[in-house]
Amino acid sequence: MNNAVHQPQTVLVLGGTSDIGHAIVSALVSPSLRRVILAVRNPDAVDVDALSFGSAEVSTVAFDAADSDRHEQLIADVAERFGDLDVVIQAFGQLGAPGLDDPVAAAELARVNYVGAVSSGLAVARRLRTQGHGTLVVLSSVAGVRTRASNFVYGSTKAGQDAFATGLGHLLHGTGARVLTVRPGFVRSSMTAGMPDAPFSCDVDDVASAVADGLRKGRSVVWVPGILRVVFGLLRYAPDVVWRKLDR
Amino acid sequence: MRTRQLELSGWGRTAPSAARFVDVGADELDGTVLDELAEPRGIIARGMGRAYGDPAQNAGGTVVRLARGPIVLDSRAGTVHVGAGVSLDELLRHIVPRGFFVPVSPGTRFVTVGGAIASDIHGKNHHADRTFGAHVDAMTILLADGSRRAITPASDPALWWATIGGMGLTGIVLDATVRLLPIETSRCLVLTERVPNLDSLLERMETGDHLHRYSVAWVDMVATGAHLGRAVLTRGDHASYDQLVAERPAAGDDPLAFAPLGLAAVPTGMPNVLNRLAVRAFNELWYRKAPSSHLGLESITGFFHPLDMVGDWNRLYGRGGFLQYQFVVPFDAVDTLRTIVATVAASGHASFLAVLKRFGPESGGLLSFPTPGWTLTLDLPAAVAGLGGLVGELDRMVLDAGGRHYLAKDATATPEIIRAGYPRLDEWLQIRRTVDPTGRWISDQARRLDLY
Repeated sequence: MNNAVHQPQTVLVLGGTSDIGHAIVSALVSPSLRRVILAVRNPDAVDVDALSFGSAEVSTVAFDAADSDRHEQLIADVAERFGDLDVVIQAFGQLGAPGLDDPVAAAELARVNYVGAVSSGLAVARRLRTQGHGTLVVLSSVAGVRTRASNFVYGSTKAGQDAFATGLGHLLHGTGARVLTVRPGFVRSSMTAGMPDAPFSCDVDDVASAVADGLRKGRSVVWVPGILRVVFGLLRYAPDVVWRKLDR
Repeated sequence: MRTRQLELSGWGRTAPSAARFVDVGADELDGTVLDELAEPRGIIARGMGRAYGDPAQNAGGTVVRLARGPIVLDSRAGTVHVGAGVSLDELLRHIVPRGFFVPVSPGTRFVTVGGAIASDIHGKNHHADRTFGAHVDAMTILLADGSRRAITPASDPALWWATIGGMGLTGIVLDATVRLLPIETSRCLVLTERVPNLDSLLERMETGDHLHRYSVAWVDMVATGAHLGRAVLTRGDHASYDQLVAERPAAGDDPLAFAPLGLAAVPTGMPNVLNRLAVRAFNELWYRKAPSSHLGLESITGFFHPLDMVGDWNRLYGRGGFLQYQFVVPFDAVDTLRTIVATVAASGHASFLAVLKRFGPESGGLLSFPTPGWTLTLDLPAAVAGLGGLVGELDRMVLDAGGRHYLAKDATATPEIIRAGYPRLDEWLQIRRTVDPTGRWISDQARRLDLY
């Protein structure tokens, strides 16, 4: 159960090797946190002893974001083994900029970032509704708010994931289960290592503290940094010619 | 029986969860109905929803609310046989005009008799009269197997003392026989004193509490320095007929008049208006307006239940809700008490008026909160960053001093904190497992604190 200041006892991270996922769990560490479950493609490759989240016990389970057929069973198994899931973080995702000449890579990106988000998100939602409480945290991106030529495939997967998450939140209203959609700008992490900074970029810890804050306040959407809500409120309506110029 | 799907939270409006909410009469609850309601995630009873945290919630399961039930007053014996779903408000409206008062009244009339027993509530008279549970002679309890058992402290001592203060986790109390306090009038004679700091407050309470049935201090938790712990101390007793007419001759015609009014309700959608600035201003005004010393008559509502005059006052904290943090530390832990007051005052978290009270002896309930010592109650807006850290710091100080936390207020504790505070927890768990081997009675709090 989450307590009154939204400190969870059990956290599941889908995409359990993600820097942002780890940072969010660290931000949720409290004397209440007992179990952290990292759902990863290859559990053997994760050195659990090297990870420390307060006094929580860390476990790993096998999870492939692209293997939608098995998501329902995986969530059922995790709930069976670990009990109620207080916070589930959908942290998996791939970055890529496939162009016109690479439809296969583009489809793969869509399969992980969008299709995987839908199947795992629904499986989680069903479990949260059954248990009558819990929050699904979905790591979306401002890249999906208005897509750019330089990474529109990635942006489109995030747009789909974001629309799915906010709609799911509406569906779950009144069931005790909640969805928190997180829209970070450019995040400096191992996924973006070597890429140049974009304006309004932030660190994984900024995302983590914004998520912890959003959970505590019961928000349905958080932007990181918060100013991006205003920036994209305007950019969404910028003329196409301006928007193309802004894309580097 | 009426069933709805609802999101429920406690009075603090934090950590809501959804459950099947069932309105039911005590006579409708039999084994077959219980079997049905217990699937898939158990049952907990809920009264008026005035516990602050999550003890009357059951995420994904069933929450039952009992219909009111009877009120049968035996004036000669000075007892009342009352349905567990009856509120103290309804009970008082029945018994006060007939010359009786409840043995223990909390800060609100809007709790049920069942809730009063399950939380083993206390009031301003704890130092003199102990808890509500100490005044219950008999009750009927619905057990997990669907059977009903009439119990007394003599007939079933284990189940009795596991149920008094047992947070509804041993069964559903259906009715109870409660010993009442005879009164001559519906007024109290109250001595109100302004006290400039914590040390003189503690000294005055230590030396003078035994002179009055009721005693409580409202402490300014924002004041620092030389004003740290400044307070308004109110102590009183039920006024006799002679005391009433001496002060107000006209009131002698109807000395037991009791018709409390609710004045206004706070609308929905309020933001948190009780921020640090507002609390500081309010506390200053409230302290300044209190007389340095005054003896006068007060109504039951004015003395016992002032907040009941404002409907839904919990909305003043906005949608983020609030915590009511209540602990007790032994009498010799005055230094801890002082450190806690100073820590909160310096923290930047605004606590609206805090309540300080001296507890008398324990009632005997295995999980009953009151134990001899100082109890302090703080109200803190919940959505403020860093509150979890402050509460964790306070938890450690309380436990290090040999204190404990009140389950009816708790919304943030861990299993370890409860284990450290309640030395008879294992005894209670054993009784619970005997009367409810499959864990049918379960609440969000029980899940959070491993109370099963």
